[in-house]
Amino acid sequence: MNILISNASSDPIYIQILTQIRQSILSGELVAGDNLPSIRQLAKDLQVSVITTKRVYEELEKEKLIDSVVGKGCFVSGVNQDFIRERRMKQMEEKMHEIIRESKELGMSSQDLIDHLTLLFEEEQTP
Amino acid sequence: MNAIELRNVTKTYPLFKVDNISLDVKQGYITGLIGPNGAGKSTLIKMIIGLIYPDTGSIKTLGSEMHNQEVNIKQRIGIVSDDCFYYEHLTIREMRRMIAPFYKKWDDKTFNTYLEQFELSPRKKIRDLSKGMKIKFSLAVALSHDAELLIMDEPTSGLDPVFRRELLDLLADMIQDETKSIIFSTHITTDLERIADYIMFMNQGKLIFNEVKDDVLERYTIVKGDMDLLDSDTRSQFVGIRETAVGFEGLADNRAEAERLFGNYALLHRPSLEDLIYYSAKGGRNHA
Repeated sequence: MNILISNASSDPIYIQILTQIRQSILSGELVAGDNLPSIRQLAKDLQVSVITTKRVYEELEKEKLIDSVVGKGCFVSGVNQDFIRERRMKQMEEKMHEIIRESKELGMSSQDLIDHLTLLFEEEQTP
Repeated sequence: MNAIELRNVTKTYPLFKVDNISLDVKQGYITGLIGPNGAGKSTLIKMIIGLIYPDTGSIKTLGSEMHNQEVNIKQRIGIVSDDCFYYEHLTIREMRRMIAPFYKKWDDKTFNTYLEQFELSPRKKIRDLSKGMKIKFSLAVALSHDAELLIMDEPTSGLDPVFRRELLDLLADMIQDETKSIIFSTHITTDLERIADYIMFMNQGKLIFNEVKDDVLERYTIVKGDMDLLDSDTRSQFVGIRETAVGFEGLADNRAEAERLFGNYALLHRPSLEDLIYYSAKGGRNHA
């Protein structure tokens, strides 16, 4: 697992680490039972505060992506990956509903919205 | 658990006062002490290590007060300071021979490993060491007796960027053991910006805050914008402002409120610890 922190990013470091570990788990790069570095080891490797990495692990635990076992460290949780994916899809759908409502207020047709989204999607892919 | 506890500590000098300070330094973490020159950082550290005593108030270092347990406490702390406490005419080896017997947990093997790592020759006289090498030597001493608390007063000012980065690794190594604590005073805030867990900020002899670093950097914000945005009302948001012909830049201590007031009219971004020191010293207004 690689974690890259950008100083130029407007996202706080804590969010950057969180997103990247979460991504590694959801993409299957890390699988259930895999050992994660300890909070303090990760802080050392990334040269960040222990409190930052602690917050990241607490958040991942809350999302049920990892389990922490006292004295043994943190592991990728055995929760079904499909279940996690489904839950995240649901969250995304909620955001989509919000966008649809907004676009209606702006008088956009569904085709307008799709076109716009396609454009943004392509922009995101070309760095 | 706290590594250090101060309660209502005051120390008065003819022209300067460290004023009624209460704070806790948490065990298992790195705490950075920042503030402009003359803020009282060194006075505070000297009181913590028992070099001077407060006029009023109490200080507990590793659970005990210095005047009761001085030898016991000093066994368990390591000190790295900008001032050199060692005998200039001795060599590193001779100095080691004087220091080592004082510490029950002195470990020669560790000490030699650090000398090698820091490229210090035991035959060199203390007086012939550069400023950076003196700091490396006192760091080697501080890390060789299994100290529970490492106190560093301006350690990085004489060090080049290469060693400063290595130092961060050494400190992170030390707190892999969660019973150990580090307090670190410095002007070179980029070091602390990386690894400090807590930040204590002093200005004009007062403690402005002692908080989780990530929270501090979230709470404050830099605001940049057009001079037209400044009136008596919006000005009150700022800890300090720098005004020029091409606009203003200021530090506000309530990000949510600044976002509400300035919204899209101004540019807001995360401050650095250096911004915090600069604007607080400049503004003169106390905030928290």
